[in-house]
Amino acid sequence: MAGAAPGGGASRSEVYRGSGPRLLLPAWIFIGVFLLLPVILMAVYSFLTKEFRGGVIWEFTFAAYDQFFLNRGLFGDEPPTIEWTYLGIFWRSIWQAGLATFFCLLIGFPTAWYVATRPVSTRSVWLFLITIPYWVNLLIRTVSMKFLLRDTGPLNEFLMWTGVIAEPLSLINTNFAVQVGLFYSYLPFMVLPIYAAVERYDFALSEAAADLYCDSWTTLRLVILPAVKPGIVAGCILVFVPSLGAFLAPDLLGGAKTFMIGSLIEEQFKGAAGNWPFGAAAAMILLTVVMGVLLIHARAQMREDG
Amino acid sequence: MDQKNIAVDVDHVVKRYGSVTALHGVTLDIREGEFFTLLGPSGCGKTTLLRCIAGFEDVSEGMIRLHGDDITPLPAHKRPVNTVFQQYALFPHMTVLDNVAFGLARRGWSARDAEGRARQVLKLVQLTDFAKRKPGQLSGGQQQRVALARALAPEPQVLLLDEPLSALDLKLRQAVRVELKQIQRETGIAFVFVTHDQEEALTMSDRIAVMSNGHVQQIGTPREIYEAPVNRFVADFIGETNLLEVDVQTVLGGRATVALPGGTVIDVPAADGAATGPGHLSVRPERITPTDGPGSVTATVDSHVYLGTDIQLHAKLDDGTPLVVRMQSSGADIPAQGTRLALDVEAGAARLLAD
Ligand SMILES: Nc1ncnc2c1ncn2[C@@H]1O[C@H](COP(=O)(O)OP(=O)(O)OP(=O)(O)O)[C@@H](O)[C@H]1O
Ligand SMILES: [Mg+2]
Repeated sequence: MAGAAPGGGASRSEVYRGSGPRLLLPAWIFIGVFLLLPVILMAVYSFLTKEFRGGVIWEFTFAAYDQFFLNRGLFGDEPPTIEWTYLGIFWRSIWQAGLATFFCLLIGFPTAWYVATRPVSTRSVWLFLITIPYWVNLLIRTVSMKFLLRDTGPLNEFLMWTGVIAEPLSLINTNFAVQVGLFYSYLPFMVLPIYAAVERYDFALSEAAADLYCDSWTTLRLVILPAVKPGIVAGCILVFVPSLGAFLAPDLLGGAKTFMIGSLIEEQFKGAAGNWPFGAAAAMILLTVVMGVLLIHARAQMREDG
Repeated sequence: MDQKNIAVDVDHVVKRYGSVTALHGVTLDIREGEFFTLLGPSGCGKTTLLRCIAGFEDVSEGMIRLHGDDITPLPAHKRPVNTVFQQYALFPHMTVLDNVAFGLARRGWSARDAEGRARQVLKLVQLTDFAKRKPGQLSGGQQQRVALARALAPEPQVLLLDEPLSALDLKLRQAVRVELKQIQRETGIAFVFVTHDQEEALTMSDRIAVMSNGHVQQIGTPREIYEAPVNRFVADFIGETNLLEVDVQTVLGGRATVALPGGTVIDVPAADGAATGPGHLSVRPERITPTDGPGSVTATVDSHVYLGTDIQLHAKLDDGTPLVVRMQSSGADIPAQGTRLALDVEAGAARLLAD
């Protein structure tokens, strides 16, 4: 809380922020082995030659990236043009993930706000209720969503029973179904960081805004949103990034028209039809885009903080 | 009183929080251009009253008028009244300048005019050099002045201040007191100032409302409050006083004859509502002086406290009533413990209380 008098709130001292290098060692080792190493491995694989029954041959080539970006005709002998298939899938993935993030924000913000403004004693109950579905495996949840949405599923039957529709809506295998799946999968990742930000929010600021002639909407726009922005940004990243690489929801709820980059990558590593270097290359491209977005955000944040 | 000179008219305001009643029918007027202080112990309802005027709380009963217009139903953002919050509540993501210009922009000032006005107010509070900083990069005293500037900038009809100096250390507090009073005089805006510090109230205010338990006990100038408290609460709360149990013999036209413990009968000013029978006489410690004569009371010295220019004697009357006497330290010997002293009670400066 920046409104606090000096001495209160966060420590200004550098001394208490650093941790001894020895204490950090286990964390560094873990991150190195389980985070960095796989990424390096993937980067290496993306430059290797594919083997036909899956796996790789240790021969350096750009073939995987070539295949992703360039079209050299059926036999690979025509002058290269841009290959739109994978870029299209890529673009669709970004669009789907962005949309899912938008809906999660739309529902997640009021939800988080509601929970954070309950009396302290009931907040943990609300949080528990929100996280209950997530104790069940994602695959099972996605399959049940399919069950819910299919032509003879409860949703269609209910709508027909009420007479809103005469024919079952074909919801499954549509963008809509994929959206529902993504939204349902990642909503808590939006709610929790925003909840944490709202809980820290000093409501005296809202009173100050009202005192200075802001109605509720203006207060939300000019005071509350900037104050809880870190939570919103964290939530958006936590929803957008996994949505972008998701494959369960598009696989199970979508069809050929809703194919996403996550599914594309997944396919390359599944069974004999796979192409490991191509999958690795697609994953690297995805990673690059995500990192780029995060970097831009970090730069913007740093400029803002002075 | 002339109706036109009243800035805020609080009319029988009751505020309940569930079963707790924070304000029991408070009535008071705040005049234009006046430095008005709400003074009282913790929990007496000062903040609640201020929040009712600002519009952060709905009143349960009663009415609040601003220059004669009923503002009771108006939400906070429609009241031409600004607040300096106790914890300042500065917008942490905005610069000092943006904080100060905030209210102006909302009232439809153009960005350029708002900035000009904001800079002008920052100059008034001597923060010109800090315009581009964020509140988190300021000291407590600087933040306090930003809060003041932010509330002053839109030229409110009334400025509400909730213990704005409580987060400052003593030295700074004393300096800011003078500054604040000066700014109030320069702007001519009515200030409603909340404090539980009686010295602050006495030195700064044009008028003071002493509150306790959601009731207004007395409204008056600092001098009236200090010299002519109406009841035991006010006499006790403001400054130090001796409350002597006396037998009131006659009350007539603002004066009374009372018999002090020990029997001496003196003639003293009386508060409205004082009645014959047992009563309380308030006498300030500096109005009781050791004397060579017979004196009006006699007391036995228990202990003394050396205060520099003064010596404070703690003594007991013969019936056991504790008594505090303040005597000048220059020249005089300090009476030893156990000394019996004859004391004169300055009758003109004592006051018979209503209850
Ligand atoms: N939201 C609330 N719910 C219930 N009771 C409240 C609420 N706000 C205040 N009160 C009660 O109302 C009474 C007056 O509170 P208020 O904050 O006005 O006191 P104050 O005079 O400002 O005290 P202080 O000097 O400690 O700030 C207190 O007894 C308090 O407990
Ligand atoms: Mg208070």
